[in-house]
Amino acid sequence: MAKTTLRVLIAKPGLDGHDRGAMVVARALRDAGMEVIYTGLRQTPEMIAEAALQEDVDLVGLSILSGAHMALVPRVLELLKSQKQDNVKVLLGGIIPDDDLPKLKDLGVAAVFGPGTNTKDIIRIVHEITSLKPDVAN
Amino acid sequence: MSLTEQVRSGDRLSLARLLTLIENEDQQGITVLGELYANTGSAHVVGITGAPGTGKSTLVNHLALALRQGDDGKTNDDKVGIIAVDPSSPFSGGAILGDRIRMRDLAGDPGIFIRSMASRGALGGLSRTTHSVSQAMDAAGFQWILIETVGAGQAEVDIASTAHTTIVIDAPGRGDDIQANKAGILEIADILVVNKADLPGAENTRRILELALHMAAPKDQDESTTSDRSNWEPPVIATIATEGEGIGELKAAVLEHQSHLQISGEHETRERSRVVHQLQTMLRDSLLDRFLEDDSSKRFDAMVETVLLRQQSPIEAVGKVLDEVNT
Repeated sequence: MAKTTLRVLIAKPGLDGHDRGAMVVARALRDAGMEVIYTGLRQTPEMIAEAALQEDVDLVGLSILSGAHMALVPRVLELLKSQKQDNVKVLLGGIIPDDDLPKLKDLGVAAVFGPGTNTKDIIRIVHEITSLKPDVAN
Repeated sequence: MSLTEQVRSGDRLSLARLLTLIENEDQQGITVLGELYANTGSAHVVGITGAPGTGKSTLVNHLALALRQGDDGKTNDDKVGIIAVDPSSPFSGGAILGDRIRMRDLAGDPGIFIRSMASRGALGGLSRTTHSVSQAMDAAGFQWILIETVGAGQAEVDIASTAHTTIVIDAPGRGDDIQANKAGILEIADILVVNKADLPGAENTRRILELALHMAAPKDQDESTTSDRSNWEPPVIATIATEGEGIGELKAAVLEHQSHLQISGEHETRERSRVVHQLQTMLRDSLLDRFLEDDSSKRFDAMVETVLLRQQSPIEAVGKVLDEVNT
């Protein structure tokens, strides 16, 4: 009997000092029935892409509070692409100025969530995004 | 190239995808693992179990680093696969898999592959497909496979029938000598670790465990009456996993147990009981799945109702349904 469970990597690239927001999201996705791989603070883009590969996740959620998103996010996207993980969707959360949103969308970020986002909205968007996911078999 | 060939050639993305297919009990995963099965059998599988918070992930992190290093201190060719199991929520089915947090030293080493798994409702400390995932890593050329169980209490002993070498981790302050003499998790240990050895009471914990082990297998016992664990007396090793202390000794004990299994013939015995256990478990799970899927006459629902109304006991209900299925 084939089952499918969404697998999500929640990661914090860069030098943020706390991960409360990332934990809240991880917990909400868990309660929505997803398997959430949580990697902890101070991850490099390389570590994140490698973890996404080994865990074969459907989705990577990045949390960045430091303002370094325009350096870190493109690097993660590049690595995912070069490792043929094109089917992995990337979501971003944290302190992200509105001015950067168009650029991030252009780069391929599927959605951006700012402070105060309702976790129900995050779950709804995760479901929307992943149902568009192409079949990965072979 | 087919998925089977890609996995065999060591492609990591293909291995990751195969593990997902196996975990989802997808037909393609079953087929590919079948094609790879002849390539399995060369990995040494080490199980790491113990109560939550005793330091399993941290210890796995350091043991993996040690296994990647040869005696000369240089990186060797032995690849290490790690399977880390964490519990699924009994309500939502979701899970937080957090073992990678403690394994960050292993990032960037192409000779290491870490896969987190949720228990998905299984109760023995592993998930239904952990054994198959381990076999896929074996076929992909990993010489060492470290399986970290769910934080285990007293009875989560499935790891002993999956691993060649089982390490049970304890920490100071977790109960007196009667705990050490109860049946269950301590009995499956090939190696016992007292982690957090820098905490007060560590020496006491070590002495209690050694005493309990000695009562189980006195050294002067007549050879003919020793248990089928074949004269192996599990060493008790003190470690401070966060500092990497005691890890050299632990690695040495794992290697010693590995050669003990080979020399004593115990390896074959364990392989056989591994196969028996895996087949029995799969047969049980598949029969139940098939019964529930094929249950067009809703026999199962009817069983639930009659037992709820106390018209028959659960064991009677099961007996009747089995008689019906067999005729």
